[in-house]
Amino acid sequence: MSALLEVSGVSVTFDGFRAINNLSFSIGAQELRAIIGPNGAGKTTFMDIVTGKTRPDTGSVTFGERSVSLLSLSEAQIARAGVGRKFQRPTVFEDQTVAENLTMALKAQRAPWRVLFWRETPADRVRVEGLAQEVGLADHLPRKAGELSHGQKQWLEIGMLLAQEPRLLLVDEPAAGMTLAEREHTTRLLVEMAKTRAVVVVEHDMDFVRRLECKVTVLHEGAVLAEGSLDHVTKNQQVIEVYLGRG
Amino acid sequence: MTRQTFVERSFLAKNPSVLWFILILALFTLGVTVLSEAYGVAFLSTSFVKTLGKTLCLCLVALAMDLIWGYAGILSLGHMAFFALGGYGLGMWLMYARTEEIVVAALAQGGLPATPEEVRQGIAVQIFGVVGASEFPAIWAFAHSFWAQLALVVLVPGVLALIFGWLAFRSRVTGVYLSILTQAMTLALALYLFQNDSGLRGNNGLSGLQNLPGLAEVSQDEVSIWFFWASALALGLGYVLLAWVVSGKFGSVIRAIRDDEQRVRFLGYSVEGYKLFVFTLTAVIAAIAGALYYPQAGIINPAELAPIASIYLAVWVAIGGRGRLYGAVIGAAFVSLLSSWFTGGRAPSVPLGFYTINWVDWWLVLLGLSFVAVTLFAPKGIGGLFDLWQGLRSPDRKGAPLGPDDGALMEKEAKE
Repeated sequence: MSALLEVSGVSVTFDGFRAINNLSFSIGAQELRAIIGPNGAGKTTFMDIVTGKTRPDTGSVTFGERSVSLLSLSEAQIARAGVGRKFQRPTVFEDQTVAENLTMALKAQRAPWRVLFWRETPADRVRVEGLAQEVGLADHLPRKAGELSHGQKQWLEIGMLLAQEPRLLLVDEPAAGMTLAEREHTTRLLVEMAKTRAVVVVEHDMDFVRRLECKVTVLHEGAVLAEGSLDHVTKNQQVIEVYLGRG
Repeated sequence: MTRQTFVERSFLAKNPSVLWFILILALFTLGVTVLSEAYGVAFLSTSFVKTLGKTLCLCLVALAMDLIWGYAGILSLGHMAFFALGGYGLGMWLMYARTEEIVVAALAQGGLPATPEEVRQGIAVQIFGVVGASEFPAIWAFAHSFWAQLALVVLVPGVLALIFGWLAFRSRVTGVYLSILTQAMTLALALYLFQNDSGLRGNNGLSGLQNLPGLAEVSQDEVSIWFFWASALALGLGYVLLAWVVSGKFGSVIRAIRDDEQRVRFLGYSVEGYKLFVFTLTAVIAAIAGALYYPQAGIINPAELAPIASIYLAVWVAIGGRGRLYGAVIGAAFVSLLSSWFTGGRAPSVPLGFYTINWVDWWLVLLGLSFVAVTLFAPKGIGGLFDLWQGLRSPDRKGAPLGPDDGALMEKEAKE
């Protein structure tokens, strides 16, 4: 299996603090991967690097079959290349309706001039309705996103990511602040999405990670500490010391 | 599945306010024409018709300000500079062509037909005598051509906005820093134009713009109505254009940029490109409004570019209601007409016994207080009244659970 995303030898320093230390990581085209690690392990910084928000001091990040380097692209270009990101807090556009949020995310031309003359086709409409159905918001399309519950906002954001049709999805703590029922729904969504694309889930919550039943990468002090199934990494002595043992 | 949420609807059906606006504007234009001195019962004085025509131009520039500030969230304090540049652009032709007529007439007295060189020299002396020059500066190269100068009305502010915007947005200058930068641009431009060798007659500015070349025998009564019609037409077209711009996905994207531009980047939109587009478009609209305004005002000078003018523009839009086009129009019309009433000395003074409130002095204080009050207590401005009327208040959950499920987060928790 060839890798979709290849991160190698990446380091980042913020004011002398080494947030990412010679990190190497790769993920296949259809894979679900969980990244766990204590606070400050570099999970969010890793996402910032892949999505172009933070530039690493050294190392390389390549994406896709042609191994395009993401380091010279802007955030918007990376997103257009096929990397989607879901933030920890649901960030949807609260002043706009669910339908507008999804329409904006829909895979289409992004240049201002093209967007100005863009008009919704029946196919777009069906796609938006289908997405809303998929994330359980079919009855809420005309509502403003700001009126939705916390969990519904998370799903709307996931729906927006699906609309972008990314090849790689980075998801930051999707289960935070969700009820048990909402968590189960989210788990199903993530597992389903990983059948057709690569999904990287950053998570604190071990129970949630267990439910995902996927390969786990443990980060510590900006580098990979262990990798494998959840059972495998939880038996690792180092992992127990730095992370699990503290609980 | 709720299919009816996506019923096919035309642009006008989705934006009923556009039809209402056009209807009201048309009735207003008709009303003013019927009451004018030139074409009606002479109830309204020509100077008041000019005031109304100028107000329509201010409404148009307020529309532009609403697009960039209310929709895209960029508080530009430089749009009145583009407005003034548009005025200078058309003013140059008006002044040149009008002076040409006078010079040709004067030289014809001499008996011999004047050579083009003599005419040109005569015009230069007439126009630039006040700043001690007798040569045309390079920027007047196209002043003899109406069409070239009309193109410059759009091109000069457009290109300036494009270059300035490209530099500012590319460096990701946002928020109050961008406002300061636009204000600095305006101030620099005004200070430059104040110089006598700027080529635009320094602090004298351009004058006599109300006289249309070739139409010396037409009275100002008629000219004022013509400009009023042109202003109304420009405002109507501007309103429809901007309503169309904000109605589709483009409007959705710029409102999203206003609310969370980083998130928009992660959706794959080039935020800088959108900002530049909106900045330049609104600069061009402001310039067109200015080109229609100054012939009605009759005079333009660098004081028109003072930063305070752009701040007034922001105040109008804030009082009228940001983020809705008719709000900007209402704000500009209401506040600028009220302002000319108060500062024109027509508002009765208020004797308090120990002190008499003279509105010419106190109007600015009143305006400032209402701006603060609107910002604090009614952020939707006058336009918010329409929401009340329609009963469309934003949901206030007062801390109730956010979701239908038991145990969904409370509002308070979700914010943490």
